[in-house]
Amino acid sequence: MRKWFNWIILTGSTLLVCLFLGVILYDIFSKGLSVLSWQFVSKPPEAAMTKGGILPAITGTLLLTFITTLFSVPFGVACAVYLNEYAKPSILTNVIRGCIRNLSGIPSIIYGLFGLALFVQTFRLGTSVLAAGLTLGLLSLPYIITTAEEALKRVPASMREATLAMGITQFETIRDVVLPKALPGILTGIILTLSRAAGETAPILFTGVAFYINGMTTALDQEFMALPYHLYMLCTQHQSIEEVRPLAYGTAVVLIILVFLLNIIAFYFRFKQRTQD
Amino acid sequence: MDNIKLSAHHMDLYFGSKQILKQVNIDFPENKVTALIGPSGCGKSTLLRSFNRMHDLSPDAKISGEVRLDGQDIYDHQISVNEVRRRIGMVFQKANPLPKSIFDNLAYPLRIHKFPKQEIPGIVQRALEESYLWEEVKDELKKPAVKLSGGQQQRLCIARAVVLRPEVILMDEPCSALDPISTNKIEELILRLKKEYTIVIVTHNMQQAQRISDKVAFMYLGELIEYGDTEQVFHAPLQELTKNYVNGHFG
Repeated sequence: MRKWFNWIILTGSTLLVCLFLGVILYDIFSKGLSVLSWQFVSKPPEAAMTKGGILPAITGTLLLTFITTLFSVPFGVACAVYLNEYAKPSILTNVIRGCIRNLSGIPSIIYGLFGLALFVQTFRLGTSVLAAGLTLGLLSLPYIITTAEEALKRVPASMREATLAMGITQFETIRDVVLPKALPGILTGIILTLSRAAGETAPILFTGVAFYINGMTTALDQEFMALPYHLYMLCTQHQSIEEVRPLAYGTAVVLIILVFLLNIIAFYFRFKQRTQD
Repeated sequence: MDNIKLSAHHMDLYFGSKQILKQVNIDFPENKVTALIGPSGCGKSTLLRSFNRMHDLSPDAKISGEVRLDGQDIYDHQISVNEVRRRIGMVFQKANPLPKSIFDNLAYPLRIHKFPKQEIPGIVQRALEESYLWEEVKDELKKPAVKLSGGQQQRLCIARAVVLRPEVILMDEPCSALDPISTNKIEELILRLKKEYTIVIVTHNMQQAQRISDKVAFMYLGELIEYGDTEQVFHAPLQELTKNYVNGHFG
């Protein structure tokens, strides 16, 4: 009796979660697929955004994510290597770890305000794709550090001993053995973090995203359009919301597909790692 | 008299406040196999690992006394830890091949130590032949090393220890995870390697110690209790403690 009860509760919760996901995806795809066309992803908006496509928002999001990657990946991975390979266990390193964990709990709008104060104003980058990319990079750092450190931790100590015992330096050991072994895990963390960052709205709100720009963002000091903000804008800020509703759903579909593609890549790396172990 | 290759004098070793080695004095003769025996936790592996400075990795390990290789103190600042480890190779309890191909497991340390590129394949082949592995793997050198059997992996690790031509090879219970046939192969290998190398081996297996070693050191609770020729330690031990241990009364 009790066994059946547990089974119903557990299976029921799982089905409920899947149901929500299914309803959301069905709603978005059923309303958005109709506007999806080559025109939609290859043309800029026209006629006060009631027609045309979302090309600048797609390229804007890609450029933004690229800048985020360039900033957060090298620093994040280097920090994880330091914490896991070099830092001796002490109160200081525990405090650093605690700070990093707490950073990942800070609401993203706070990052937006911080980016506005630091990058836009103090560093005088202005509201630009560079300032927004750096802000998103800051947001991504704690996740990348934490996942990369976990991946490094899974590399067995015996592998480090093997090379060190041959008179190979610690740096060479990390470069040639530890990092390659941890790479699938690190890449998974990076991609999942970036797919989350690509969908963020709050951190880019004050730091560089634009309602509409004429043409493409071609320089780092320009403002840019981004998919999540474009979606927000079409849903709440447009003069004729009813008219652009299909476009909003189409934008949502594109954003979901983009994030989904990134997750598939992450899934591939995780699969590769599992077959390796 | 044998030439002394490696020696330890007045070695104390602490992990934090816990003393693991107490005033250990021992000399290892050149081209001989010396077995370190004793019950678990007696400090024999700790002693072995102090000979190639593996304790440098643990921040709470404190060592005093001296370890000399050909008379030169290996903890001295004159000599780098990487040179020490290159001259004193190590084989671990659990085979730990690198996540690379069979060939690269041996070629990688050669590349790092800047051996001429064209000589590397020859040196790799020789090390594999010396470890009785060449015939088994010569057609699949590109295969990942982790695909080898446990015994083959351990022989690969021995090949990796000899590929750099060290002077001393330390072995930390190299057969403890292997079946009798693989163990047999490795013992044969050790007996052949001692012509060129000085070997120090930690073992829990009394029969193994008798089969392969020339000298035996018995340790108990961090102290070196008895050290002598294998024959003498097993058949005419001077200490009561040694006698009880080699006869299997405790351990």
